[in-house]
Amino acid sequence: MNSASRRHGWWLAAAVLLPALAALPFFLPFHRQDFMIFLLLDVMLVVSYRLVTLSGEWSLIHMVLMGCGGYASALLSKRADLLVWLSIPLAALLTAAVALLLSFPLLRMRGFYFLIGSYAAGEAVRLAWKYFVYPFGGPKGLKLIPPLELQLPFLEQPLSFVEPIPFYLLLLVVTCVSLLLLYRLEHSRIGLTLHMVHWQPSLAEAVGVNSWRYRTLAFACGAFFAGLAGALFVHYLGSINPNQFAIGEMLYILVWVIIGGTRTFAGPVIGVVVLSVLNEIFRQYDEWRPAIYGLILLLSMRFLPDGLESLPGRLRGLWRRRVAAAQG
Amino acid sequence: MATAAAPLLEVRGLCKRFGGLVALDRVSFQVREGEIRGLIGPNGAGKSTLFKNIAGFYRPGAGEILLAGRPISGRPPYEIAGLGVVRTFQETTLFQELSVMRNLEAGCHLHASSGLFRALLGLDRERLERQRQAAGRILDFVGLRERRAQLASELPLGSQRALALGIALLAKPRLLLLDEPFAGMNPAETAHMMELTRKVRRSGITIVLVEHNMKAVMGLCDFVTVLNFGRLLAEGTPESVRRDPAVLEAYLGSAAGGTERASC
Ligand SMILES: Nc1ncnc2c1ncn2[C@@H]1O[C@H](COP(=O)(O)OP(=O)(O)OP(=O)(O)O)[C@@H](O)[C@H]1O
Ligand SMILES: [Mg+2]
Repeated sequence: MNSASRRHGWWLAAAVLLPALAALPFFLPFHRQDFMIFLLLDVMLVVSYRLVTLSGEWSLIHMVLMGCGGYASALLSKRADLLVWLSIPLAALLTAAVALLLSFPLLRMRGFYFLIGSYAAGEAVRLAWKYFVYPFGGPKGLKLIPPLELQLPFLEQPLSFVEPIPFYLLLLVVTCVSLLLLYRLEHSRIGLTLHMVHWQPSLAEAVGVNSWRYRTLAFACGAFFAGLAGALFVHYLGSINPNQFAIGEMLYILVWVIIGGTRTFAGPVIGVVVLSVLNEIFRQYDEWRPAIYGLILLLSMRFLPDGLESLPGRLRGLWRRRVAAAQG
Repeated sequence: MATAAAPLLEVRGLCKRFGGLVALDRVSFQVREGEIRGLIGPNGAGKSTLFKNIAGFYRPGAGEILLAGRPISGRPPYEIAGLGVVRTFQETTLFQELSVMRNLEAGCHLHASSGLFRALLGLDRERLERQRQAAGRILDFVGLRERRAQLASELPLGSQRALALGIALLAKPRLLLLDEPFAGMNPAETAHMMELTRKVRRSGITIVLVEHNMKAVMGLCDFVTVLNFGRLLAEGTPESVRRDPAVLEAYLGSAAGGTERASC
């Protein structure tokens, strides 16, 4: 397949998928609408996390960065009375700034040390949220965070985005734009340079790549989108507390990315969608859920070490072999 | 030109230790613009360490490194690459998982990269076009056009080395540091690589060549510098170095009689 026809394929898929996704919540009960919202937020999280991993680093602070966006937007709108439409993008920028600051100590380290360092830094931030009742609200966090509202000329009441359907539609737009930007970034010259920094750091430096700069860029851009997801999330829920961003939540991101596969842009998206849907299906067998989840993880690691993204290729290979066997 | 008098590369009293081991001991030499300089010496003499110091991968313990009269020591590798000093690696270092063309495009970083917003908004098209053209030119230069869609890992040794050279050339060096580009090559590959090296020099690039293959060194180099145990042992034309008793002594056992291979 050449790149032009592949691009057509993408546009076609988007043209079918987007209207379907937009229409979906109208046919779903309330709790499933909620599920879709959290799924979209998780998609933003894993795809922004992928950008960080492209530079070769596995971070454990991504979830806390999402929290930074949440806290920032909550404080800006609640305590500084900023318009929520402004506080959200501002919070995403602030999250990127926090990541930039953290990158000075963190990105001096590599590999395992970076992993542990990012965990420690994340816990430090979370402890600050817990410890300082002013402004962060301490362990109970912040409540009564102002919602997103839009005054439309043809409606008497302002449209409130605490209702699932309007919020879902807004989130769908933001997620699509974010995915598009991250996809472009990965397939730009910057994406190639990140690949160089990841796989042959010495060669990259030898031909003039400032690898520290590119690792920082990936870390801060990833943080921007995590912060954006966090900021949106907090105005939907109306509350935020430090436990929502604990390490256990971070592990989910790792699992989604690894099970989905790390080779392609679609891998983590497939991972989060498939595992979340399975998780939702088994919701009624509540006590069995962790066991079922664990079993799925084990099976997929045993039989699909390259992630769910490799499944279509494998099936195609199997099909071809069957056809060949039938003919020969 | 004011700088015409200064040699392109000058190394003054360079020292480098690893713990108790003195890998480089007050090494001084100069390379003139347009030269192919051989750098030879037995295994462990400190040749690769010298390259790493010049290219900024190691920080020298003492001494100075000047490029066209300007000190460059202590700077990080990417800055030194930006100033025009590019090294290749003794172990073949490529993006094995990428195609030949993509490897070459990767090498264009210094001249094709652009900022975040330009990349996101697609404002870097004309840079990418230049990158494709530059990579295409080098593809022909190193003779890999037929193999441009192949993965680097699928190439035979000779082509891999040519590709590594191509990547280095795309950073537009003034001074190219080649670390054993002939190691393990058969005679045909050696001849091809020698021709390629001459072509690189003709295009105006100064070369320092670390090599154990004496045929290549004798055939290519204008001058040869010999290191032994981190110290400068001898310097001169290939002929005079070959006859130097101190050099023969250093290589004793492996190449005192023959000329094919100094050591290994
Ligand atoms: N990073 C390092 N740490 C400790 N010792 C090192 C390091 N790099 C090189 N050495 C030592 O320094 C000495 C010089 O090594 P170097 O690699 O420069 O030799 P060389 O001349 O390139 O040899 P060869 O012809 O085998 O490539 C050797 O004794 C080597 O063991
Ligand atoms: Mg060496």
